[in-house]
Amino acid sequence: MNAVIPKIEFAGVSKSYGTGSKQFQAIEPTSLAIEDRSFVTVVGPSGCGKTTLMLMAAGLVEPDTGSVKVSGKPVKGPSPDRGVVFQQFALFPWLTVQKNVEFGLKLAGVPAAESESRARQYIDLVGLTGFENNLPKTLSGGMKQRCAIARAWAVDPEILLMDEPFGALDALTRVALNNQLLDAWSQRKSTVMFITHDVDEAVYLATDIVVMAARPGRIAKRIRVDLPWPRTEEVRFSAEFAEYRNTVWHAVHGV
Amino acid sequence: MSGRSNTDGGGTEIPEAESGVTRIPSWVLNLISAGVAIALWFVIGALGIRGIPSPFEVLQAGINAAQKGLLWTDMLASFRRVTLGLILGVLVAIPTAFIMGWYRVARAIVEPWIQFLRTVPPIALIPLVIVLFGIGETPKVMIIFFAAFMTSVISIYQGVVDTDRTLINAARVLGATDRQVFLKVVVPAAMPFVFVGVRIALAASWGTLIASELVAAQEGLGYRMQIAGIYFDLPTIYFNILVIGLIGYAMDRLLQASEGRLIGWQERK
Repeated sequence: MNAVIPKIEFAGVSKSYGTGSKQFQAIEPTSLAIEDRSFVTVVGPSGCGKTTLMLMAAGLVEPDTGSVKVSGKPVKGPSPDRGVVFQQFALFPWLTVQKNVEFGLKLAGVPAAESESRARQYIDLVGLTGFENNLPKTLSGGMKQRCAIARAWAVDPEILLMDEPFGALDALTRVALNNQLLDAWSQRKSTVMFITHDVDEAVYLATDIVVMAARPGRIAKRIRVDLPWPRTEEVRFSAEFAEYRNTVWHAVHGV
Repeated sequence: MSGRSNTDGGGTEIPEAESGVTRIPSWVLNLISAGVAIALWFVIGALGIRGIPSPFEVLQAGINAAQKGLLWTDMLASFRRVTLGLILGVLVAIPTAFIMGWYRVARAIVEPWIQFLRTVPPIALIPLVIVLFGIGETPKVMIIFFAAFMTSVISIYQGVVDTDRTLINAARVLGATDRQVFLKVVVPAAMPFVFVGVRIALAASWGTLIASELVAAQEGLGYRMQIAGIYFDLPTIYFNILVIGLIGYAMDRLLQASEGRLIGWQERK
């Protein structure tokens, strides 16, 4: 057998919600391996189980069948080595930007001075310097999500799981955050599993794209993206990019 | 409280509204509202309608009560009972609500009792508290305690149960244990509901004062009204209603003033 252990390995995982006649299969038995240091985008229509798949890796949803392994070890609930960025930001509204970013560090018992400087470093990485003492309610949607990303990254997870993190943002903010995210990812070289329903975003960010289909939720196609790095506007408007987008678009729409 | 957001909404859409009533500060409107009510009262009083004494008569009743020293002893007695009952009620309601909200077993055991007792009017407890606690201060405080507890426990419990699942998950993926989720997420997230609970309990406490002072009281604003009722002394009844209302209002304002500092992080939608 090949010696390379995938960073995340889904083996025959499935999940149903509800009971009786109202039972609904969110995802049929599915297997997927995500390599270390890859940036995998998962794209598909609503109801295809892409969020369920991600939440299984996070340890927040238990599969009905099959198993999820991270670095070869079975997942048993959430852990700070797998950071999660939620679609609805999920910042603690009573904490400032600084305190939100420090939340996980304090849980890990990092000494106050170190926790403070590490939080500042990640706040700077996502471009929120100057807003350390702001409460979330004073931030725009894009700033909130940047704060959530800084919070997830501050605890230094090996894996970042992102559930349509930019879905609620306008197109311009989304493009800016995509670039910032790629910058930060290339600096840190962690593994990212990124859920989206936006085909452009899925192609732009990915080393690999997983296309999912709905009813029942399943993997329809897996595409390796060989676009040049770093991804720039030039790449976005290239013929190759258009080709990938075309392929993904057709896979998503099942034609 | 919501005055600012109201003007924001209407002001931008309709330019005329900018120069209209919506530009007047809330506190001025409050004063105008109170002023109009008092003016109306003068008019009705001057008309001599049965059952509504004029403001002068009510003021006179107040001056009499103050001169006899009754006003202060009544106010003090009632204030002490209400405050004691309120504080005890809220102090018991907060842990009860949090335990109910957090532990399914505790919820299943306690909730039916609370739902059942909630509909029992505090006044119905009078015979019971007399048997249990005699006729001193304890039974009076207990009746107010009951009202304060019952009204606030539901509000706080609801807040604990309604804690945003995403925030709990966000804490768990950052490595929080159950205990840390409770202390660092559920408790702060429920604070606005604790606040609402205390405010509801405050109103309920004053609202139960009359019932509480039916228990062999010797002084108190509620007791004074009952005595006045026997003698058909309407101005005294009105005066005591005013005093109760004003103290309640002042206490509520005091609570609201601390609100901004404690739960000012809330996002208004």
